[in-house]
Amino acid sequence: MFLLSLSLSLVIEKVILISVILGGSLGIAMYSTWAERKVAAVMQDRRGPNRAGPFGLFQPLADGLKLFMKEEIIPTLSSKFLFVLGPSLAMLMALMSSAVIPWGPDIVTSNGTISLQVADINIGVLFIFGVVSLGVYGIMLGAWASNNKFSLLSGLRAASQAISYELAMGISLIALVMMTGSLSMREIVDGQHGFWQDGYFSWNFFKQPLGFLIFIVCSFAELNRAPFDMAECESELIGGYHTEFSSMKLGFYLFAEYINMFVSSVILSSLFFGGYNYPGMDWVALHVPPILFSLIGVGVLLGKAIGFILFFMFIRWTLPRFRYDQLMNLGWKSLIPLALVNMLITGAVILWLNK
Amino acid sequence: MDIQQLVFWTISLIMIGCAIGVIMSRNPIKSVLFLIMTFFTISAHYVMMNAQFLAIVNIIVYAGAIMVLFLFVIMLMNLNADTEPQKNTLVQFAGVISGGVLLLVFIAALKSSFAGIENQNINLQQASDIGLIKNLGQMLFTKYVFPFEIACVLFLSAMVGAVVLGKKEKELGQTSEL
Repeated sequence: MFLLSLSLSLVIEKVILISVILGGSLGIAMYSTWAERKVAAVMQDRRGPNRAGPFGLFQPLADGLKLFMKEEIIPTLSSKFLFVLGPSLAMLMALMSSAVIPWGPDIVTSNGTISLQVADINIGVLFIFGVVSLGVYGIMLGAWASNNKFSLLSGLRAASQAISYELAMGISLIALVMMTGSLSMREIVDGQHGFWQDGYFSWNFFKQPLGFLIFIVCSFAELNRAPFDMAECESELIGGYHTEFSSMKLGFYLFAEYINMFVSSVILSSLFFGGYNYPGMDWVALHVPPILFSLIGVGVLLGKAIGFILFFMFIRWTLPRFRYDQLMNLGWKSLIPLALVNMLITGAVILWLNK
Repeated sequence: MDIQQLVFWTISLIMIGCAIGVIMSRNPIKSVLFLIMTFFTISAHYVMMNAQFLAIVNIIVYAGAIMVLFLFVIMLMNLNADTEPQKNTLVQFAGVISGGVLLLVFIAALKSSFAGIENQNINLQQASDIGLIKNLGQMLFTKYVFPFEIACVLFLSAMVGAVVLGKKEKELGQTSEL
């Protein structure tokens, strides 16, 4: 039973790492709400939040305080336990998938190596996939427990959307895994070392452009973000699944979406854009101390993730919402066949290259 | 009792408790939630046996996909107590008999599997790697490739069947609209 034979120093190391990751995710999610409003404002020729602090930087704090101070209302005819469980599950699932992400290269010191990954399990990609497939429970339970017809409709929409797009997402990932030959996140990221290798780009984006396209469309759908935010379509469903929620429970739902966005940005950049790898990293590794090298890797990964977050925001404020049948047609009739073709082509190319 | 046994018994107790919760709950939603908990504890047992791939696939397929569909269907049902049909005595009688037969089969299967274990020495170290994805894949595509392919054909036919059924329903819907 190797799982339970952990040493104390490892436990302390992991606890510190987990706390830093949790704090970092929450902080970035907090400022994503600010950035989203600023981006929306810029794109619509407005000013955006500019009252609380310089450039409105304290706006997220003010919003958080407001959510905490508001009255907590639990509808009389709702199932109370499930009503509270819904937002908690949404938050839990949002935070869980960051466990298998390699945040940076190992820090090699004289006392040993410190891994910047909470758990390097050999099925990392499947773990992320499992957490994503569980993410819909938070919305479904909260929606059903509200005892509100609009919430229920929204929950059903979210669930069917999540199930439909998970398939294409999984198949597009299979092509990636076939190419890398491993399900471990660490090995997938290490396989994209540097930027140029063996006469071709080493990042998976250049080897799997179609897979990346399918994956990013599916992430939009799994995140319930525009243009796939049918579940909270206010013109049809009032507020969607969080109609009946108030105070911090509403805050959890809204916040979980931003954490999900951050985590999936990190996953996107790890799987397809080289994670913590960057051009000329071998030269940097020789010229700076190992701790600084690892921190530069973390910074590069975060930079890529912030790029993706901005991309998510640009899309939200540019494209209109899909209609529901269009969404289902896109998922089942376009993305899944495309993903299957992509898998087939990948398999054929791998066979051809290996002869 | 070492820590491994402690974890085993804790998980087992939670699992049995949840399994009882599935059949004892009056509310179908709670039944489904208990069932999801049961799947999680089963996955925990797989992890204890170092079969990580099986554990995560169990969660993805059962907890993540099938149970979402279960919840989906149950949420659309009318759950008022007075709409629930009264089961007659014959159905209850048949239920007791089939349940009893199932229990008998389970006990027989358990007994025959225990009979071998008592005088067998199982090498835990060797057994602990079989559940890892590399070994599992190698097994599936060499030793058990024929049953694996048969299962694939079965899934394919089920998929074709689902598409055919879906098509038919759509045509019916269109005619009824007219």
